[in-house]
Amino acid sequence: MSTLEVSPVETGHEAPSGNHAPAVSNDFSIQVATVNGSGSQTANTVLLRALFQMGIPVSGKNMFPSNIAGLPTWFTIRASKDGYVARRKEIDFLVAMNPETAREDVLKLESGAAVVYDEPLKLDQLRSDLHFYPVPFDKLVAPVCPEAKLRKLVRNMIYDGVVAWLLGIEMPEVHRALVKQFGKRKAKAADLNWGAAQAGFDWAGNTLTKTDPYRVERMDRNAGKIIIDGNSACALGAMFAGVTVVTWYPITPSSSLVESLIGYLKRFRHEPETGKATYAVVQAEDELSAVGMALSAGWAGARAMTSTSGPGISLMSEFVGLGYYAELPAVIFDIQRVGPSTGLPTRTSQGDLLTTALLSHGDTHHPIFFPGTAEECFSMAVEAFDFAERFQTPVFVLSDLDLGMNSWMTEPFPYPEKPLDRGKVLTEEDLNKLGSFARYRDVDGDGIGYRTLPGTHHAAAAYFTRGSGHNDKAQYTEREDDYRNNMDRLARKFETMRRYVPAPLLDRREGARVGLISIGSSGFAVAESSDQLWKEYGIATDCLRLRAYPFTEDLKAFVQGCERVYVVEQNRDAQLLGLMRLELEPELIAKLRSVRYYGGLPLDARTLTDEVVRQEMERA
Amino acid sequence: MSTTLNPPSTQKKTNRLGLEVLNYKGSKTTLCAGCGHNSISERIVECFYEMGVEPWQVAKLSGIGCSSKSPAYFLGQSHGFNGVHGRMPSIATGALLANRNLIGLGVTGDGDTASIGIGQFMHLLRRNLPMIYIIENNGVYGLTKGQFSATADLGSTLKTGAPNQLPPFDCCVLALQWGATFVARSFSGDKRQLQALLKAAIAHRGLSVIDVISPCVTFNDHEGSTKSYSYVQDHEEALHELEFVPYYSEIAVDIAEGGVQEVELHDGSRLRIRKLDRQYDPTSRMGALAALETAEAQGEVLTGLLYVNTAKPTLLDLLNLIEEPLSTLPENRVRPTRAVLEQVMEELT
Repeated sequence: MSTLEVSPVETGHEAPSGNHAPAVSNDFSIQVATVNGSGSQTANTVLLRALFQMGIPVSGKNMFPSNIAGLPTWFTIRASKDGYVARRKEIDFLVAMNPETAREDVLKLESGAAVVYDEPLKLDQLRSDLHFYPVPFDKLVAPVCPEAKLRKLVRNMIYDGVVAWLLGIEMPEVHRALVKQFGKRKAKAADLNWGAAQAGFDWAGNTLTKTDPYRVERMDRNAGKIIIDGNSACALGAMFAGVTVVTWYPITPSSSLVESLIGYLKRFRHEPETGKATYAVVQAEDELSAVGMALSAGWAGARAMTSTSGPGISLMSEFVGLGYYAELPAVIFDIQRVGPSTGLPTRTSQGDLLTTALLSHGDTHHPIFFPGTAEECFSMAVEAFDFAERFQTPVFVLSDLDLGMNSWMTEPFPYPEKPLDRGKVLTEEDLNKLGSFARYRDVDGDGIGYRTLPGTHHAAAAYFTRGSGHNDKAQYTEREDDYRNNMDRLARKFETMRRYVPAPLLDRREGARVGLISIGSSGFAVAESSDQLWKEYGIATDCLRLRAYPFTEDLKAFVQGCERVYVVEQNRDAQLLGLMRLELEPELIAKLRSVRYYGGLPLDARTLTDEVVRQEMERA
Repeated sequence: MSTTLNPPSTQKKTNRLGLEVLNYKGSKTTLCAGCGHNSISERIVECFYEMGVEPWQVAKLSGIGCSSKSPAYFLGQSHGFNGVHGRMPSIATGALLANRNLIGLGVTGDGDTASIGIGQFMHLLRRNLPMIYIIENNGVYGLTKGQFSATADLGSTLKTGAPNQLPPFDCCVLALQWGATFVARSFSGDKRQLQALLKAAIAHRGLSVIDVISPCVTFNDHEGSTKSYSYVQDHEEALHELEFVPYYSEIAVDIAEGGVQEVELHDGSRLRIRKLDRQYDPTSRMGALAALETAEAQGEVLTGLLYVNTAKPTLLDLLNLIEEPLSTLPENRVRPTRAVLEQVMEELT
């Protein structure tokens, strides 16, 4: 292990208050700084699960580089007795395993934080206002892991043991979490890791003196809950929506959605008698092809989807315009990362709002669902497939890296009770009764025509699908009236959607005159910030989390009821506010203010609170 | 409806399904008079009619360009999908994934396939998607008024006299190299050969690529063009004579006729390949590549069945799909039970 050259730094901080500090129970965040590819994921997940099993609300976030091995990565675990799961900016408890970042990691800490570190790094020389716990990892790992090549992986479990002792995490829970993590088939690996965790725990008990105030106490807030990442939740939603065709191209942070889906489909979607698959998954050559396959599969009657992130969305642009104009159903998951261009591939953002809402040339508008929790990743995935077929159009499900790849506690997902909605599809029997049909005629006044599927055994079933101008019988046309009628009908269809998209969620506080509007994963920080604004500044806020585009009438009513509204979003250009501007009247637009965060990390409540307070002060 | 299009009459000529040729026609062509593509459309109508293919089982798929407009002009009782430029392979793939019983009939051009769409074409080859892929190859962009495409031959000239300075992609060479299991070249003016090849392609299970030289009368039929009617007529070199014998035919076929090779296709139909003045084995991929290489050096347009492989699995075979279309599976076969969700939730606690 390389040693870090350190020199004492004048921090101006006072010495830590040590044993005199009042205990901080179940309200702190742990950050583990490691090198990616070093196998720390297991140790971090075990730590998270052990806290979860002790009934303490937790959330886990992985801040990782776009790299295979050797670059810095940080995993943060937040324990919050109040149930806050957004990122916490302040780190209370650092496990410094990466010599490259250790110095900076330590210098960034707030006074009074605790640091567990690899002894040779000599981090205690950097500051005098922290609680330092040096651990001789190499010395501890050798006896519990005779195989030298495994030591790099196993030594991570030693910090689990040390941290468990320092915080009071119950070791039987660590053991349970380990067994859960490795499963029955990898019992040997679990034993090896358990040995390391125990060694860390015992060593800490015999050697360390606890001086920091952080500790855990068993609670009972997690009974019946599960831990899942948003991408797996979307995958489950897709499977329970009855997805039949999945076409995709790998891209961070969306790949794990399809990979998780493949895992579930292999287990649960083969016919028991024949072993044959009731689904097809094809890894396409690029995103153009992936979305082309999904849209034409939707055309031919499949419940079809693709999943991607920003760069893929850009590539899909032309085909999605075809999907809008030729009216082809498909579900497109966009797990947003930081753009523009390649941007920060492993950082989170809400930067694809305008792009997806208006994707492709000409007048186009696409419906978007904004899941804001793991549960909504599941339920909205289910709903998106119904919606795509009901409205015969591409539907975006806009998640993000934070929601998609991080671990969230949630209630177990309820089984979808609503039968599949396959939309307006005419069968052979229908055609026998009708005699004929016009594909793009607005028979019901909702803007949605009737379609037939290729393979329908009837002489009148066929129609011609095209991205060129077409009349209501799907015939080629360049006539002005045909074109306008069709475009007006598409606009009518979009208006119909407004009544069927998921409605926003409203959280009211007595006496509030200020509103906070957000979408997606911002909701966690908004809820916490709303509490901070009230408790710390006496500012009462109503919170509205929008869950779909087009916006419902609730948005107007909410803005009308507020004196001013802060629109919270994770991009530079206030894209959500921009979309609202397209729909609201000027007197309502005048009430909108913008709060933006675009640093690539999950939004935290403090950043939000500070910014709202700043703008409120400016106003006063 | 079929009853209005097909009034009961014993006088009308019908195929084995009882359908008239009218049931296989499309709307009136809007392409130029004399366009090679129109001849190909006629062959499609004849072949699908004569083979007795159910029109509602066919999905017509195309990209953008003159060729890609043509699906409107045949098989009016088949669903058609005129997609985006160069992306017909992905449209075909999605449609056949959704419904494996569809007969995919792709019609594309040289710009659509060899220029903007070469990436998707290559990956379609690699996947051996079971479909018919007709390239209406005239070496020129028609709809944008006469620019070279990537199949234009080296030295071939535009109407202005400007020569093409870059070598062409030979779509048959690409198809042979990257995995198509039925590769043929033909000429829109060679009615008999094109008919036999089209019928054989219908009978084949796998990706059938038929590169049809189809002269553009408006922009590429002049002196100096290597894709003109007269040039192709003068330089066409047929590999063999083809006779297609459908599986339902009652005609007995002599087995041991000298100089005739017989290939049995997926549906039981047979392609009888009668030797002309050369030895050619269409089951040899290397032989096919060598023959094309030689022909190119000699300025010949080699036509006929270049290669056939009836054994290679298709993409749909590899996916281990159920027999019926995925598109119409009922809810109870695509939505797992409540117990499954409960099991997954339990694993995540």
